[in-house]
Amino acid sequence: MTIVEQQPPPQMSPTERSWHGIVLQTLKRNEVSLVPYVPDRVLTPLINALHADPFFTTFATAREEEAVGIVSGAWMGGRRGAVLMQTSGFATLANVLASLAVPYQIPLIMFVSERGTLGEFNYGQALVCRTMRPVLDSLAIEHHTITRLGELEFIADRSIKQAVTTQAPVALILNPLLTGGKVFDK
Amino acid sequence: MNSTQGNTKVMNRFDVTSRLIAKLNNEEAVIGGIGNTNFDLWAAGHRPQNFYMLGSMGLAFPIALGVALAQPDRRVIALEGDGSLLMQLGALSTIANLRPKNLTVIVMDNGIYQITGAQPTPAAGVADVVAIAAGSGLVNSAWAADEEDFERLVEASLTASEPSLIAVRIDDKPGVGTTRRDPVQIRERFMQGLGVRQPL
Repeated sequence: MTIVEQQPPPQMSPTERSWHGIVLQTLKRNEVSLVPYVPDRVLTPLINALHADPFFTTFATAREEEAVGIVSGAWMGGRRGAVLMQTSGFATLANVLASLAVPYQIPLIMFVSERGTLGEFNYGQALVCRTMRPVLDSLAIEHHTITRLGELEFIADRSIKQAVTTQAPVALILNPLLTGGKVFDK
Repeated sequence: MNSTQGNTKVMNRFDVTSRLIAKLNNEEAVIGGIGNTNFDLWAAGHRPQNFYMLGSMGLAFPIALGVALAQPDRRVIALEGDGSLLMQLGALSTIANLRPKNLTVIVMDNGIYQITGAQPTPAAGVADVVAIAAGSGLVNSAWAADEEDFERLVEASLTASEPSLIAVRIDDKPGVGTTRRDPVQIRERFMQGLGVRQPL
């Protein structure tokens, strides 16, 4: 497998202006410091950067809904969090979204690395991806699919602020056009 | 680890929950898992630091872990049923890995899904919650032998420097009360109880 990634514009520092650098800085600026995740190949540079930065408490959980429970508890205790996952992990969340995040009005911030489209090689991933937006729409959860590096900071920053101020969950879907995605090379 | 399930007394959920609440003097947060677990927490007397789940089966321990990570100076206690815990066994390892000093998790084990018609869980008669917890890395895990032992374990956990798991064998009785199912009010009152919010 190889990861191809959008190249940052030449005037920007490659690390800071990579998609994962922008996500990290946006989380930090919004005081989102607790970041549990179920890992994903595409998210690896972001996960590594979060681990390397002492501002963040970041760790793997066994299931995505476990991570949702953790950040929900943390928010009620006064600390902001976000959950990182891939598309198939999101597919395990319908129950916790409908019974915890939405009815209790918790600003759950989700970053979903999008598998299943634009070069997917695993039929199961392609199918499960088709369930994601209908589930989000059925619960009227705000979501954005981010395809362009230049729009990432605006969308992520504004979405986090909106989630917190309106006490509502948000899903930020990181499309392969932004991250390069995961492609079949063998 | 005290894994002697066979010698433990069968207790009552409402009784041990009431004994737990009576031990709390420092605005400890208490997370009640779904169904009878939070019904008995409610029945034991509402406290501003209580959080009652109305769904998301299995997430009492993760929610409590989140509160514990957000407020490391406050003791946090989670109450969960054995059936709920079976939904989310990985959470035990997450807690063991992070080792929050301020977290006590309590499992009410009757071996059945009481609220759905008392069907046995798949673990009933074959698995041991304390052995599972210890094997998941929560070394400070024990069965409560009886009510007095439960109170002793609770007191020890409130000053422990690592997370504790207490397992209680309980009878097949339903919960005593019924939580008012108002999720927004539950969440808001809880946040006020934790000092995160002030009333409007």
